[in-house]
Amino acid sequence: MSDLLKVENLSVRFEVKRGGGWNKKCYLYAVDDVSFTVKKGETLAIVGESGSGKTTAALAVARLVKAHSGTVALAGENILQKEAEDLRQTRQKVQFIFQDPYSSLNPRKRAEAIVREPLDSLSQKTEVEKAKIVDELFEAVGLRPEQQRLFPHQFSGGQRQRIGIARALATQPELIICDEPVSALDVAVQAQILNLLRKLQKNFGLTYLFISHDLGVVQHMSDSIAVMYMGRVVEHADRLSLFQTPRHPYTQALLSAVPTVDRAKRAQQKRILIPGDPPDPVNLPLGCRFANRCPVAEAICQTVEPELKSDANGHRTACHLV
Amino acid sequence: MTRPFIHEEETPQAQHPFTEAWSMFRKNKSAVGALGLLTLITFGAIFGPYLYPTDPFEMVWMPFSPPGQEGFLLGTDYLGRDLLAMIINGAKVSLMIGLSAAVMTVFIGVTVGALAGFYQGIVEEVLMRITEFFQVLPTLLFSMVLVALFGASMPMITFAIGIVSWTAVARITRSEFLRIRELEYVMASRASGASNLKLMVGVILPNALPPIIVQSALMVGSAILFEAGLSFLGLTDPNVVSWGQIIGSNRQYILDAGYTVTIPGIAIFITVLAISLVGDGLNDALNPKLRQR
Repeated sequence: MSDLLKVENLSVRFEVKRGGGWNKKCYLYAVDDVSFTVKKGETLAIVGESGSGKTTAALAVARLVKAHSGTVALAGENILQKEAEDLRQTRQKVQFIFQDPYSSLNPRKRAEAIVREPLDSLSQKTEVEKAKIVDELFEAVGLRPEQQRLFPHQFSGGQRQRIGIARALATQPELIICDEPVSALDVAVQAQILNLLRKLQKNFGLTYLFISHDLGVVQHMSDSIAVMYMGRVVEHADRLSLFQTPRHPYTQALLSAVPTVDRAKRAQQKRILIPGDPPDPVNLPLGCRFANRCPVAEAICQTVEPELKSDANGHRTACHLV
Repeated sequence: MTRPFIHEEETPQAQHPFTEAWSMFRKNKSAVGALGLLTLITFGAIFGPYLYPTDPFEMVWMPFSPPGQEGFLLGTDYLGRDLLAMIINGAKVSLMIGLSAAVMTVFIGVTVGALAGFYQGIVEEVLMRITEFFQVLPTLLFSMVLVALFGASMPMITFAIGIVSWTAVARITRSEFLRIRELEYVMASRASGASNLKLMVGVILPNALPPIIVQSALMVGSAILFEAGLSFLGLTDPNVVSWGQIIGSNRQYILDAGYTVTIPGIAIFITVLAISLVGDGLNDALNPKLRQR
């Protein structure tokens, strides 16, 4: 299928003030020269540890954080260049599901008003039509009609996330960005929400950009996976290829850290420990960003930054040793 | 038919917003009492002069007649004027100036604070420097200069009070905006296509309201006190009675006839207290989180 979202050389930087001198401006590149594509109807997961830039990348794609450079093409249109009214209309096509269902719903609005908000802002529908759409959305995400009049604090975490999902669906978007949609929920509810997301994807032909740090969740949800480290994509492949033959040492370490229930498997599994801390994001090292923690680093890794190279099957890896 | 377990719990009942707010407000006994008192004071201010038609400027009896004597419930002041008539007629002025100065304060303060907190950067710098300029002005002195220069009319006094009092509201509003604009639901509204104006007025402001409401209730009180201060210094229209003016004009006789100062003082105290308590009750009633779950 065709590419719905094509992100090329996306960078997001933040200005940081460091002591010493008045005009000493430093930039922190939270997302540095990141490229990926998502096919229509599929799910791309971005995984990485805290601070790897995965959420920032997602926010930049949704135009909620200002991108420094690069292009984000949605169905061929660069949405980074849109401004004002044009941008507002584009928001219909890209919707966001937030991480924390406790802070992502306006505490002063009723559930029904929260779900209706995108319609109020972006569509020209009549009140009756809107009410009908809200009814349908509540049903689609598994909430009862009488819950429409309640306030967010009267719902449980899982129910709140269902409201967040209903809101994201309201404008019939082409792309939904899920920013760790289940990490704030307990495990039983996580499964419900993940299954709901998959069901909705099947029913409405949705495309997901799925941000997560939980590889178990990612394995369940995604068609392809991009692994980020310190603002860079270090490995990008389809799900099977990445889980079976991880190539980047960081990905290998991440996968080895996934807990397994099966005892036999657990005995075989060798955990790769990553020593040390990530480098200072403002003064990045010259070579590979992972070199100081990499178990197999060589001399070249300290001096030359590896590029993201693709093999014949489209499995891309940024490592000198692959 | 088996139902999924998430459907098993009891649904809290939703009601009309005003019903919910009122039932919450009613639980706060002191606020309800204060509201009753405030209603009484307001009615007294509006209809009192008709029910007790004594002219507050007329000398009705000999000066310094203590409360209760010769049929004058609150006694007479240093010119022999009926203190009860003065309190009743003064209420209107005190309340009007208190309310309108507070409205002006809130209007300027919220506008400045909201713009500064929302846009940040250069807008915030400029607006907050202006706010600080008004903050470091000696407030009473500045108001005195304004009133002395432009005359002691009611609108001018209101303006003089409002222009020096809005800084606190502006700073509170700004700090609330700074905090709330970073929350995810604001980002969610932006992602849903809300314009900047809608984000400010429709999303952030309602959530920033509780401290602003409390502050504005306090503002009504402090505006009444401020007016009293100006009157006390003799800077208001001598042909208009207000509570502060009664205190001011009788201050020389405070040791001989303390009641002439104490009675209007108590009137100010009760009114300010009632307004603060109502503001407090409103704050709780308007917050959906505190309502019955």
